[in-house]
Amino acid sequence: MSQGPYLLRNQVIADIDQIDVYEANQGYQPLRKALKEYDPKALVEMVKASGLRGRGGAGFPTGMKWSFLPNDGRPRYLVVNSDEAEPGTFKDRELIEKNPHQLIEGMIISSYATGAREAYVYCRGEFLYGAAQLKRAVAEAYQHGYLGENILDSGFSLDIKVYRGAGAYICGEESALLESLEGKRGNPRLKPPFPAVAGLYGMPTVVNNVETICNLPPLVENGPEWYRTMGTEKSPGLKVMSVSGHVNRPGNYEIPLSTPLRSLIEDYAGGIKGGRQVKAIIPGGSSVPVLTADKLDTPVDYEAILAAGSMLGSGGCIVIDDQTCMVAVSARLVRFYREESCGKCTPCREGTFWMTDVLERMEAGAGNPRDLDLIRDMADNIAGKCFCPLGDASLGVVVSAMKYFEDEFEAHVTEHSCPMGARLYDTVNH
Amino acid sequence: MKPKWQVWANEAKAEFPKANSALLPLLHRIQTEEGYLSENTINDVAELLQLPVPYVESVVSFYSLYFQKPVGKRVIHVCVGLSCALNGSDQLMHHLEGKLGIQEGQTTQDGEVTLLEAECLAACDLAPVAQVNLRFVAPVESADALLAKEVNS
Repeated sequence: MSQGPYLLRNQVIADIDQIDVYEANQGYQPLRKALKEYDPKALVEMVKASGLRGRGGAGFPTGMKWSFLPNDGRPRYLVVNSDEAEPGTFKDRELIEKNPHQLIEGMIISSYATGAREAYVYCRGEFLYGAAQLKRAVAEAYQHGYLGENILDSGFSLDIKVYRGAGAYICGEESALLESLEGKRGNPRLKPPFPAVAGLYGMPTVVNNVETICNLPPLVENGPEWYRTMGTEKSPGLKVMSVSGHVNRPGNYEIPLSTPLRSLIEDYAGGIKGGRQVKAIIPGGSSVPVLTADKLDTPVDYEAILAAGSMLGSGGCIVIDDQTCMVAVSARLVRFYREESCGKCTPCREGTFWMTDVLERMEAGAGNPRDLDLIRDMADNIAGKCFCPLGDASLGVVVSAMKYFEDEFEAHVTEHSCPMGARLYDTVNH
Repeated sequence: MKPKWQVWANEAKAEFPKANSALLPLLHRIQTEEGYLSENTINDVAELLQLPVPYVESVVSFYSLYFQKPVGKRVIHVCVGLSCALNGSDQLMHHLEGKLGIQEGQTTQDGEVTLLEAECLAACDLAPVAQVNLRFVAPVESADALLAKEVNS
């Protein structure tokens, strides 16, 4: 058994983005093994047995997702979601920029397993460098016979194409991503049908996150039992956590699932800057509820984080220190959703706009005591009332922050100023 | 329409032959050279890909990285996401506005620099983060350092 890291191998092997270095470090060996020793069905069973769950945010079992593809002879597609734009999440950027061949190898194995002959990587438009790295790596993979016709004499053929979006968070939602990949506005589609049945160009499609697919080479190499030696029964394996905010060593850390949150923040990310204390943690990207400091001993896995009152989501862990105003934090995040709302549904389009306005005026000292109930009322009228998850996502932080830090929200409207001195939020136009 | 756009359109269609998948790549390529997508350009792209003009317009207007008005030679995006904000991005934006003599969303009179906000750029470990013509500059040490390196050099 090799030693980790298994996904962020770039952190220990220099220049692993170059194919000769990747090959010299067992790169593309798992692909040989997969093509030689497994038929596609056995690979799907292996992924099921491993318990690997989608790392994009929803945590849906990957093997099960693959098995939803109808067996009707139509062409199938694999689409890799690299539209990483959930605030606090930056793992896929590191993976595509620094270790692109592992993604490509994972895509070939996944395509072989699911019967796709054509695969796409959808990068967000801002990933100009990441997309260039991937294109270069794809070209290298063709030259070395890992892509194209009859890969390694297996009879299996695959083409990979790299596609760049043009700036829209909503395209991270899988059906909006497919719309964008078809050259349209990134409006989410009605589901069902799910992409497995009618996805890209109306054909059966698997959409998986970059990190999910990067798990395939080590999984094939080491087997599902190995994967289950880490984490828990329902959350086995490895997760890349992106830690940012007020920590000494922000960065991506590959951890076995169920590592305590405290260890992630203190041991991996070097603790809180300036010796201050943790006030709140957003453990899974900006769409999930905040956790308070008393939850620091929660294991980082899907079930434990859920039981603690939040979600593991994408693994974008934003750590907030005790000098920071939670009204400001909430305002900043709701504003993000205001900017990224596609405008289709009134509750999301108008609700995020109005709520940003109210939070910003509170932070600027111009709020009034009715604002707290107003925010609750707006939240109630957004939740569950929109076509896609973006509206609901805008509420995770603000609703939980109001619950845990109600005094702080109240102080803003009774004292007509920010008790923390409005250090963070100084660009509002009040 | 420039003659090479026809070549680019054919290349985009060859790479992405299905549905209208050639549209975004072609728009990227033309904007990279032209700076922005004028009404005439949008008409040309519609003609090249045999798409209705309002359709192309609706796609262009949906995505924040397509510009429908002229921009500076250097487009500076300052990330204002939460992790960057916790690490001084608002102050950075203020300083850049002051040094450049423009507000966020504007272009300097000499046409050199456009200053824009960006939503989270997925580089929170390097906060505060900026992009200059979509190239990461991170972490940004100061407004002066950014301008000295990226604009005045």
